[in-house]
Amino acid sequence: MAIKVYIPGPFRVATNNSSKIEGYGDDVGEVLKDVGRRYPGIKALIFDSKGEVADHVCVFINGRDINTLQNNGTKVTEGDEVSIVPAMSGGAVPFTEEQIRRYSRHIILPQVGGKGQRKLLGAKVLLIGAGGLGSPTALYLAAAGVGTLGIVDFDTVDISNLQRQILHHNHDVGRLKVTSAQESIADVNPDVQVIPHALALTSENALEIIRQYDIVVNGCDNFATRYLVNDACVFLNKPLVDGSIFLFEGQASVFMPGRGCYRCLYPAPPPPGMVPSCQEAGVLGVLPGIVGCVQAIETIKLILGIGEPLAGRLLLFDALSMDFRVMRLRKDPSCPVCGDNPTITELIDYEEFCGAPITVG
Amino acid sequence: MSVEVRVTSLLQKAIGGAKSVSAQGDTISALLDNLESSYPGFKSNVLADNGELHRFVNIYKNNEDIRYLGNLDTPVGSGDVISILPALAGGSTSCRP
Repeated sequence: MAIKVYIPGPFRVATNNSSKIEGYGDDVGEVLKDVGRRYPGIKALIFDSKGEVADHVCVFINGRDINTLQNNGTKVTEGDEVSIVPAMSGGAVPFTEEQIRRYSRHIILPQVGGKGQRKLLGAKVLLIGAGGLGSPTALYLAAAGVGTLGIVDFDTVDISNLQRQILHHNHDVGRLKVTSAQESIADVNPDVQVIPHALALTSENALEIIRQYDIVVNGCDNFATRYLVNDACVFLNKPLVDGSIFLFEGQASVFMPGRGCYRCLYPAPPPPGMVPSCQEAGVLGVLPGIVGCVQAIETIKLILGIGEPLAGRLLLFDALSMDFRVMRLRKDPSCPVCGDNPTITELIDYEEFCGAPITVG
Repeated sequence: MSVEVRVTSLLQKAIGGAKSVSAQGDTISALLDNLESSYPGFKSNVLADNGELHRFVNIYKNNEDIRYLGNLDTPVGSGDVISILPALAGGSTSCRP
């Protein structure tokens, strides 16, 4: 049976620049072997010395990784499309000795392995805020080897931040948070490229910034940014890992494209002043540590494609009773942004939507 | 019928500082009325002037959002746990638009 095989740009030298070729076989393994026979250059690129698909190459069938199906034994039928995708940036480059040692506890996990570690190194994650939530998320994602971390934060470090914002240190007081974050992350893992965005996210710049990343982690303190980031992620089809905290309590959830959004959970923000900010009411310093780590775990699961994401669920954490509960969360068909008949199709004025002035948390 | 109603810290003040309170009623609406009679002013935290749920507050019967059950008419029985959850915004202080 003839099956369409997608060839990635870097491999097209071996296929006379064709992006789609045909392979014959009843399962993925046979199709790949057939392609290898007819295009010897491809054979050298896809297979390792033992004739297995090399670790730095992922094979998808109709968009699904064959590792999650029956690997090479996955059956193919007419109309299926097999895609060959080399690991993202640096994927084809072998790990350095230092990387093998650094990531050894990941690499020996069957659910991560060398392939997973390369996915982490190739991933681009945007953190909204380098504060209470963003700090633990950034440090753990950096330690895990997430290759590119964008950080949006316009503020400078204040001594009152140090009670919970563990990216920043005493000597950072007065410095830009993104600068301090960049240094802390470099100290943890020099493999990580930090892209500082020392600005306030607005309806004018949000799409342009978020577009550059694979996953967005929201750790902002106010409703206007929360709705702005949500809407931008819906429009750009980006997964959003959401977290929020207040006093001793936290909430977290993952919004996957097409499966509901923050507006499905809370259609509108409270009027200004109704809900006090953390600055007004206080927050337990360790609390964002828990919620931010939940966000970091969810981000890593999404990158690796393992486990069940916290999608369609709202995690509630109460530090005082040390209680985790999970509520069901549904996509709202009448959601103005992601519902069946959306009425909001571009970014709006979020300060107006949330009512001015915005409280600082 | 007595049903447990749990609230987050934002609403604890409205029910005398407790995390949960037992209320009487066989629908969500009746529970809220009962709480209003015990704690005058309580309902304004949850319902808008038009009598509908505030759009930034969700009520869950066990782990299910009542918007997908019967809204305020959702029946409740003993053993059910009702949770009232307003939106939280806290996080980093410095990413405002």
